[in-house]
Amino acid sequence: MESSLVLRVVAKLLIPFILLFALYVQFHGDFGPGGGFQAGTIFAAGIVFYALVFGLDNARRIVPDRLVEAMLALGVLIYAGVGVAGLLLGGNYLDYFVLAADPVHGQHRGIFWVEAGVAVTVSGVMLKIFYMFAGRGRHDGDAA
Amino acid sequence: MMALAVLVLVRTRNLFAVIVLSGIYSFLMATLLVALDAVDVAMTEAAVGAGVSTVLLLGALHLCKSEEAKPVHRPWLPLSLSLATAGLLIYGALGLPDFADPAAPIHRHVAPRYLQNEVDVPNVVTAVLASFRGYDTLGETTVVFTAGAGIIALLRRRRHPRNEDGDHGK
Repeated sequence: MESSLVLRVVAKLLIPFILLFALYVQFHGDFGPGGGFQAGTIFAAGIVFYALVFGLDNARRIVPDRLVEAMLALGVLIYAGVGVAGLLLGGNYLDYFVLAADPVHGQHRGIFWVEAGVAVTVSGVMLKIFYMFAGRGRHDGDAA
Repeated sequence: MMALAVLVLVRTRNLFAVIVLSGIYSFLMATLLVALDAVDVAMTEAAVGAGVSTVLLLGALHLCKSEEAKPVHRPWLPLSLSLATAGLLIYGALGLPDFADPAAPIHRHVAPRYLQNEVDVPNVVTAVLASFRGYDTLGETTVVFTAGAGIIALLRRRRHPRNEDGDHGK
């Protein structure tokens, strides 16, 4: 895909900050606005931006399909795993109080992992849908 | 402003313009949500509504014609149905408590306990979503996962030509 020089340079400048902002939203979600869902979409939007400017193939090389599909399931598994961890440590399902010696610290730990699971699944799904649509259009165009 | 965007959206037949307009609508919605102090939702609206879904719609537009077909039927029946629904909703909304009324039932039920903040997370939204309502969020994540799995099941190209032959029937 041919893109103008300005677009490429601006994208190269912006994308690291978009991804960094996604991480900030993820890990600062306890203290300010944000959380797993927002961070996941911003992260996916950053990758989509990259794919738009530098082409789908380059994006697929950086974030391969296999990884995206794994992220899809991994996020839900992390979330459900936090619940199971609570069970194993003697609490109820999704009971965070037992995750650490100090109940409040346990809550923080539980929320951290749960948000991580949400972010992983959401960004995986967003990217997968984008890959599916974009890839489909191009291959059909070639065939026609 | 948003009403204007929607009106133009309905009148426009060029789908590319429609997609750009819906992106603008999403940004306006996000600013409205910021004005309502719902920054978390505004962030999601801006990223999903204006960002990702615009790109997805453009990708879908790439697959079809860029002009919307002329409607075949008269719009009166759907129009009257949606007007009736809107009227019903507005009538129902008139019965709601005043905006930001501290005595409203929603602020009396479980909200005080949420605000006591026994989980000690400064952002109450995160605390409610991830801790108090952990089951709900697990369900939502599963819904998102199911959506992704459904998309994969629908759009993935078949890797086995033999199956495809079988489906088409020789």
